[in-house]
Amino acid sequence: MGEVIWTTIRLAGLTTVLLLVLATPLAWWLARRRAWWKEIVAAVVTLPIILPPTVLGFYILIAVAPASPLMAPLQQWFGIRTLAFTFEGLVIASMIYSLPFAVQPIRNAFEAMGERPMEVAATLRAGPLDAFFTVALPLARRGFLGAAILVFAHTIGEFGVVLMIGGSIPGKTEVVSIRIYQLVESLNFKDAHKLSAGLVAFAFAVLLAMLLIDRRTDRRPL
Amino acid sequence: MKEGVEGQFAGTVGAFRLEVEIALAPGAITGLSGPSGCGKTTLIRCLAGLARLPGRLLVDGEVWQDERSFRPAHRRPVGVVFQEASLLSHLSVRGNLDYGARRAGGASAAARADVVDLLGLGPLMARGVQNLSGGERQRVALGRALLSRPRLLLMDEPLSSLDAASKAEILPYLERLHRALPMPMLYVTHDDRELDRLADVVLHMREGRIVDAPAGAPDDAAARLAALTSGQRDALALAALRAGLDP
Repeated sequence: MGEVIWTTIRLAGLTTVLLLVLATPLAWWLARRRAWWKEIVAAVVTLPIILPPTVLGFYILIAVAPASPLMAPLQQWFGIRTLAFTFEGLVIASMIYSLPFAVQPIRNAFEAMGERPMEVAATLRAGPLDAFFTVALPLARRGFLGAAILVFAHTIGEFGVVLMIGGSIPGKTEVVSIRIYQLVESLNFKDAHKLSAGLVAFAFAVLLAMLLIDRRTDRRPL
Repeated sequence: MKEGVEGQFAGTVGAFRLEVEIALAPGAITGLSGPSGCGKTTLIRCLAGLARLPGRLLVDGEVWQDERSFRPAHRRPVGVVFQEASLLSHLSVRGNLDYGARRAGGASAAARADVVDLLGLGPLMARGVQNLSGGERQRVALGRALLSRPRLLLMDEPLSSLDAASKAEILPYLERLHRALPMPMLYVTHDDRELDRLADVVLHMREGRIVDAPAGAPDDAAARLAALTSGQRDALALAALRAGLDP
């Protein structure tokens, strides 16, 4: 059981870190760009919230299957034949699945900040990159914290996508949510209870953390 | 090298057209008044490099903008005090003051002490900016702008969001600044009393144009500068020397 929990935490941790790095420039672009067509990009980013996980998992599976248009060049350049049923494939799928949970809170935080702090930084001789790291990121820190908590929790709770892409290979791609399903199927309710209760406590802690962050935000307006 | 500011802008922002020619004399406060929406803030943004309209801008003989070049805001030694103090809320008062000072090459301890003393910021240094009053916030914003070693100071209705008590608190500090600082200053306000107390020259704007700029305004300002008492001139020279500002 420890191995399953470790795989789950490793997957959630890696997805969170990589996704925050990827989502930050995307959220910044969406927050600052005025063109109406940016909302097309925003809609694509938000799609995983609406799509059934099996649909998303199905398309990702096709994309990472051997000889797919995505995998063919990867095989040619790096000798990687497929990412299906691998931990790396699972991380990529989780990142796509949780993308909106990272982008939206960070975008909201950047939008709430407005343009003035960046203008102030410019009049104090900070170049755009300097101002981004010393003003925009610190001011949006609560958005980042919210995004990190949401992505981590969302990845822990994944079921459909990880089953489609990972295939639940013990020690490699088997995660807690799928183990619970298998335990219930084999009528091992005692272990299913242990893992389920652990997830309930975890979900409660996440929600409490979110509410406390919101409360703090209310008291300390930007 | 001709000291002071010479600017000329003509262009449109949306449906609004700005067509302005302006000269600001060193060491003098030029007051700018006019109804809301007449282009005062747009003019300040053009001077600061925060907005780009076709035109030309020379500061102390140096080209900040012309037909071929445009120096962005972060490359202009300009101090801007906005209507709201716009302090960086993740930094303390000290952090706000240091932010621009560090990027402008660092203010000497003496220059910093002068600005802190001039604006009465000593007791506020370690405080977070959330707990300051409106007047205190604007004093910090002024100090922050001054420590970035500006060669042009722009103030966009800095008192308009303050209550009467806060205005009364900050006006004497602005008068002290006026006497001590050598750079050209543009002060936008609706309030005639502020203009009476602070401005050497007053310009009026209407629908994107300066409507009644007194002829030879910069010379008048220079004359008024020359008419300062010797004590005022000493204070000005001392502050200029210490702050490392180009007088």
